[in-house]
Amino acid sequence: MAQVSSTTALNPAATVRVEAPPPELQREPLVLNNRSLGWITDHIAGVAEGKTPRWWWVAFGISASVMVLCFVMLAYLISTGIGVWGLNHPVAWAWDITNFVFWIGIGHAGTLISAILFLLRQRWRTSINRAAEAMTIFAVMCAGIFPLVHTGRPWLAWWLLPIPTSNNIWPQFRSPLEWDVFAVSTYFTVSVLFWYMGLIPDLAVMRDRAKTKLRQILYGLFALGWRGSNRHWSHYEKAYLLLAGLSTPLVLSVHSIVSFDFAVSQLPGWHTTIFPPYFVAGAIFSGFGMVLTLLVPLRSVCHLEDIITKRHVDLMCKVVLATGSIVGYAYGMEFFIAWYGGNPYELDAFKFRAFGPYWWAYWIMITCNVISPQLFWFKRIRQNMWAVFIISIVVNIGMWFERFVIIATTLAREFMPSNWGYFIPTWVDILTFVGTFGLFLTLFLLFMRFLPMIAISEVKGITPQADPHHPLGGAREGGHHA
Amino acid sequence: MSEPRQVYGILAEFETPAAVLRAAEAIRDAGFRRWDVFTPFPVHGMDRAMGLKNSPVGWFTFLGGATGFALGQLMIWWMNAVDYPILVGGKPYYSPLSSFPPSYELTILLGAFGSLFGMLFLNRLPRLHHPLLKNRRFKQATHDKFYVVIETDDPKYSETETRQMLERLGSRHIEVVEE
Repeated sequence: MAQVSSTTALNPAATVRVEAPPPELQREPLVLNNRSLGWITDHIAGVAEGKTPRWWWVAFGISASVMVLCFVMLAYLISTGIGVWGLNHPVAWAWDITNFVFWIGIGHAGTLISAILFLLRQRWRTSINRAAEAMTIFAVMCAGIFPLVHTGRPWLAWWLLPIPTSNNIWPQFRSPLEWDVFAVSTYFTVSVLFWYMGLIPDLAVMRDRAKTKLRQILYGLFALGWRGSNRHWSHYEKAYLLLAGLSTPLVLSVHSIVSFDFAVSQLPGWHTTIFPPYFVAGAIFSGFGMVLTLLVPLRSVCHLEDIITKRHVDLMCKVVLATGSIVGYAYGMEFFIAWYGGNPYELDAFKFRAFGPYWWAYWIMITCNVISPQLFWFKRIRQNMWAVFIISIVVNIGMWFERFVIIATTLAREFMPSNWGYFIPTWVDILTFVGTFGLFLTLFLLFMRFLPMIAISEVKGITPQADPHHPLGGAREGGHHA
Repeated sequence: MSEPRQVYGILAEFETPAAVLRAAEAIRDAGFRRWDVFTPFPVHGMDRAMGLKNSPVGWFTFLGGATGFALGQLMIWWMNAVDYPILVGGKPYYSPLSSFPPSYELTILLGAFGSLFGMLFLNRLPRLHHPLLKNRRFKQATHDKFYVVIETDDPKYSETETRQMLERLGSRHIEVVEE
């Protein structure tokens, strides 16, 4: 037998000649134009090192003014009272919780791209994960404002934490609202840790390139003395993998717990088991929408087309299409269960949503979330950056309306007609929400000005010249196992 | 007479990941102990080429996570069932199910801290001063060059022989790094 197998191994007719796959099956490279490792560092670090461009100052000026507007509105609310918002009986949760869930949802793409796509070995994530993680952190900061101030007495918000108060009453852990405190603060903290850990090698890059003493000291301080040692990389990669493994269930749990705020209540329209998966899908949908809104203009303004390629945009559009379809399915399924479940209150709640006084919000939601992402079935639309940018904004508008529809329409029409109402926002509601965009964009602009917007070491690691077994990585010179 | 300057080690520069990987295998086989490879990104297969064992960071993560879960359950039981029980809607004072979500979040929180601080602890970081960080040429280790550093503390270190070995392994540039 041994002789037979050795002859087949030697027989050339028994060996298979592997041909290169046909062009349509070959994958596009993740970094275009065969850029060298040095080019990647120079180009990405250059965005944070060069002279501040004029457009940055203009954008920063506008967003910082809008951010100030947010703080002025919050100061007015806190000093005057929660009555300056349009909240009242029966709609006691309206724009505040809508904005909270909206921003938390946007925050989901960052950790998803970093963690889930990392575990799934999706190497294309490296070009977009840093900016998406920063987006997550800033979005969660915007989200945190709303539950904090909607309590009416934000200076007592620390009662939600397990800290002894003067009258010795502990937080009540049987309520999902208390779970939310833990979920959102954990999400924020772990996102910051994950982001910072990914930044350490890149901060070392910035330190080693720094031209001024101040930059050298600051980047050096935050790089913690990173030297790119392989003994360090070994622990680092393991820790990164573990953080990704911890963040993946975290991403899914945060929005599930946010959805419990509604699902654990008894109200028709809220009391449904579909909420956790449907909220998670919606969050990923809106998060990817926001990543596209930010990165599509940035890649052309900062000349990053070789690193954030059309293929990256294409893949993100496909995620938007997939999650948008899940969300659309969930809308249909809610209606089906409302009818099939045989609960008249439930069915009426959904009839009110679609055809009641808030019909306009419902149909904006359907148009933006169910119909518009279906355009991404067409490759020509996924490749057209203007179309992608516009649809990504439409997706974000739709997801805001989804949260509004869930929250306001349910509270406006519950069991008793005597308990019915209609919510109209005040100017303070509107300007506070607009202001959070200023806060978000200001923080994002500062981030892209001072930190590498793309994970430099990770992008280098996915290039062919980084692979020691690839001809570009030096394998041509005899191969390392020679 | 000024004191003779202390030598930290010998630094050899390589151009490609394959070259440094080849060098690492040879240095491992030669039996060196106190040496390291410096790369701008983690090079695939380098751990094996250097003969490194699996990183024990996972133990820190596990300890953090287990502490978080136990802490969460104990805290909620003690606060809501022992120290100040309040009956709400006929629900039990303590139930492992309603206290699961916060405990789960604490598992992840402390597990994440365990991973990050475990990694930093194992890497002896933060470290704000290091002989290599003063070296001008070494700055390219975060750019596009690959380095091998053999420390003078290594029992097999000998300035001439080690230099010859690194030259044989194909390094284009070799220099001595001072303390």
